[in-house]
Amino acid sequence: MAKNRWKRPPMTKERLKNQIQNVIGNPFNVIVLITLLMLFIFIVIPLLTMVLNTFTVTRGSAEMARRVDPGVMPGDYSIWAWKFLFGSENFVSTGNMGLRGTQIYTNLLEPLFHSLTIGFFVTVISVPLGALMAWLLVRTDIPCKGLLSALILVPYMIPSWCKALSWLSVFRTPKYGGYYGLLTGLGIPVPEWLAYGPIAIILVMVLHYYAFSFIMVSGALRSINSELEEMGEIQGASKAQILKSITLPLVLPSILSATIMTISKSIGTYGVAARLGNTIQYFVMATKMKYFLESQQTAAVGYIFSMLMIALAAGTILINQKLIGTRKSYATIGGKGTRSNLIPLGSSKWPMLILLTVFIILAMFMPLFFLVMESFQIVPGKGYHLDNLSLYAWIGSLENAPNEQFNQSGLFRNVEFFRSLWNTVKLSILGSLITAVFGQFFGYITTRGRGKWYGNAVEQLIFIPYLMPGVAFAAIYYSLASNYIPSLVGSFMLILIVSVVKHFPFASRSGSSNMMQISVELEEAATINGAGFWRRILSIVIPLAKGGFLSGFLLSFISIAKELDLIAILMTNSENYTLSFLSFNYSKEAMPQVADAICIIIIAFILITNRIADRFGGNVSKSM
Amino acid sequence: MSKIVLSHIDKYYGENHVLRDINLTIEDGDFMTLLGPSGCGKTTTLRVVSGLEKPQKGTMTIDDRPAIDADKAFYEAPAKRGLNLVFQSYALWPHMTVFQNVAFGLKIKKMKKAEIEETVMRALKTMRIEEYRDRYPNELSGGQQQRVAIARAIASSPKLLLLDEPLSNLDARLRIDMRAELKRLHKETGTTIIYVTHDQVEALTMSTKIALFKEGEISQIDTPLGLYTNPIDLQAADFIGNPRINFINARGFYNGDTLTVKSEFGTYVYPHNTVKTDEEIPENEEFDCILGLRPEMVDIYTEDPHHKNTVEARIYANQPAGSETLVTLTVGSTEFLAIQVGLVEYDMNQKVYIVLHPGRMNVYNKKTGRLIKYAKAKHKAGIDD
Repeated sequence: MAKNRWKRPPMTKERLKNQIQNVIGNPFNVIVLITLLMLFIFIVIPLLTMVLNTFTVTRGSAEMARRVDPGVMPGDYSIWAWKFLFGSENFVSTGNMGLRGTQIYTNLLEPLFHSLTIGFFVTVISVPLGALMAWLLVRTDIPCKGLLSALILVPYMIPSWCKALSWLSVFRTPKYGGYYGLLTGLGIPVPEWLAYGPIAIILVMVLHYYAFSFIMVSGALRSINSELEEMGEIQGASKAQILKSITLPLVLPSILSATIMTISKSIGTYGVAARLGNTIQYFVMATKMKYFLESQQTAAVGYIFSMLMIALAAGTILINQKLIGTRKSYATIGGKGTRSNLIPLGSSKWPMLILLTVFIILAMFMPLFFLVMESFQIVPGKGYHLDNLSLYAWIGSLENAPNEQFNQSGLFRNVEFFRSLWNTVKLSILGSLITAVFGQFFGYITTRGRGKWYGNAVEQLIFIPYLMPGVAFAAIYYSLASNYIPSLVGSFMLILIVSVVKHFPFASRSGSSNMMQISVELEEAATINGAGFWRRILSIVIPLAKGGFLSGFLLSFISIAKELDLIAILMTNSENYTLSFLSFNYSKEAMPQVADAICIIIIAFILITNRIADRFGGNVSKSM
Repeated sequence: MSKIVLSHIDKYYGENHVLRDINLTIEDGDFMTLLGPSGCGKTTTLRVVSGLEKPQKGTMTIDDRPAIDADKAFYEAPAKRGLNLVFQSYALWPHMTVFQNVAFGLKIKKMKKAEIEETVMRALKTMRIEEYRDRYPNELSGGQQQRVAIARAIASSPKLLLLDEPLSNLDARLRIDMRAELKRLHKETGTTIIYVTHDQVEALTMSTKIALFKEGEISQIDTPLGLYTNPIDLQAADFIGNPRINFINARGFYNGDTLTVKSEFGTYVYPHNTVKTDEEIPENEEFDCILGLRPEMVDIYTEDPHHKNTVEARIYANQPAGSETLVTLTVGSTEFLAIQVGLVEYDMNQKVYIVLHPGRMNVYNKKTGRLIKYAKAKHKAGIDD
């Protein structure tokens, strides 16, 4: 078709009147407008505010700021926070320690280096592990496939910080943990480098983030037409050659994506790093940021950290999109032959089965077992014989506590627990309901506006929270609230807003895949029959979107209910603690048993909700 | 009562000019088919008429009432245009039963319950699917779904019924049944119908008029017979008719009065009244032209019939197909296809005599590709034509 632009006809009064009527008279346009405005307010403005706040002197930071930038007053604009971090004197080494003696090293380079180390090792171990397991379960004839496939993603549903608590229950050393862990209790000395610090953090994260590469690679493998591999066989290629030159190149894009996701997520994780690193002063970017944010004086420096983390995470994700973008979609799904013939493993069948079994035991049964058992112990680490077991952590009351170190009643007699339970339920239900409803609207706008400016704008704006690690994202809102709306600090409202907005990208993706299934023609048919916008939404879209809406709702429900990283820095008021944060807090105190018990409740809750979501076509792999 | 007039409609998608200056009048009671290959703008035109697409230029009136005036940014809402549409995908609402699907539009019109019941059942009866009223669309076969879609469209007694390739998802046999069904529906209800298809057989068998589309433009509007007998250009000629028309290279000479065409078939002289004088024809010089010869216009004899338009030919190939036989013939270096009714057997290279009908052939100017001499339709042609 010829390409020549249409020339706009001259504007007349009548044309203008009709045009305005066309825009205003269509509720869809109004909704698009409101959506854009809302996304701008909740995503763009907070982000800009945080950047601005790194240049602002507050009452709390004035004293600190004057040390760097003499004479500034609260309310002034100043680059003191940047100077505090990057000023030239920070690069001067004290003593003869070289770079290690500089301020910039302790403040920034060391946590950055730690984060990158953790990101690197977690990725190097968990991506090949997940990919191998995906291949085994999708393409080979490994025995017990049904059971293994059912269990393989359960570890991912156990929140990573719960795994960290479980790790501590085994490896805790009395020097830092107060109590014995299981091993020290048995008289086996546990070296500190194993109990805390990078190795512990990396291993715990591997048991969590294998799921990314597992989910992505198994999705890619499932979409490969087995005829492609059979063709290789006909050409005379061996099993190994087929794997190397046909299968692997086809799943390579998904492996790359998983790699990037894993790096970006493991760099941004707070809970695990805080639990296993803070005790020995092993800081990563996320925990160092929290350290700066905790003090009014240095909050602005924390914001700079948040920006750095966002840049780091966003950078990797954007690089991924540039790299993979064009290669992402091989059309590997054919009309026929999608039923794959399985590859016989032969003699390596049993070693592979053992590998998978050991993994599931390590990642699922052991953490659960140790959490459950410790929750029954009177003195942690003192073994599992009957006189050290009680139900105190669950139902005991403080006056007849069997261990004098106990400072809390058992869970079901604990006011804090019930308050947090209520907060969690309230937050999850409200949060996921709002998220899911907005998600459907976003999905509607992006699918119906595909290729139009507003569809693209909504899609781009919604993508922003996805680029940010949870802690960094929370920092944005913390900065906005503490500088402009102090009444919001520590409030339930703020926690709710953050939970909702952070889940927008996922909700909108689930919404648009839902809306994509509702053909535009179904709506057009209703338009022809005289149905207006709202009538169409009510009679056609909502009834058809119900199933997808419910599974989207349940999945964000799970995600919000178990969230710790996102809300940790917002928990400044114990009235609003959620279960995850309460558990996290208790674990720092003398009551790991109660923390464990809360973990178990959360895990049970997640598994049950997930089962329900499964019924409605939801799947944990969609909530990444 | 419904007369639709589209004038100077232009539609752009970004920089893509998909409809170019569409002018089309659909008289009341017409069965107007928009015909053309995919991507030629016929569905877009239908959607412009329905109100689902807004053109950037042009006007449309329904019974002299404005429905589109692009310069004034005026677009009447689809529901107010008194029309209904059957989608290619049927677009049945999967969460509603057959009855609810058909009743939806009537409910919106706030019709009374008893009246809805009666109207819906009438539509279902017309389409002979009343026993499926409580089924859901996914419990019906493709042909039944098709009938529901049509029932839904006719339930509101639209003045204008739009059909977008409604038969393309049906198998060959069902398609023939539904063609008859639609033709009957048109006769019974007297509704004006606009029908979009890329299938020329559908167009030729059902329509009262056909608008032939080419790359966003209408190249010809005519009755099925007119379109078949005198396609306006070589592309149209090639598109219409199955098996395809034969193009025979020839040399033409036009002296301002008669047109003389020389080919390996011989020399034909056409009188002035058959020449299409509004086309570009070189005068008083020889030029390349092309004869359009429909396969069914070739009569084959094994003995010399002593007809004045007899030519000797040889059999090149022979494809008996039951009710008809396709015969490929050569005359000199010219190869062409003929079709004969019934089973006929020929030997390869057998010598035969063919009788041609020069008056029923089209002549095209090779340079412009346009028709320059009208053919006579068979029933109007004389014995010698």
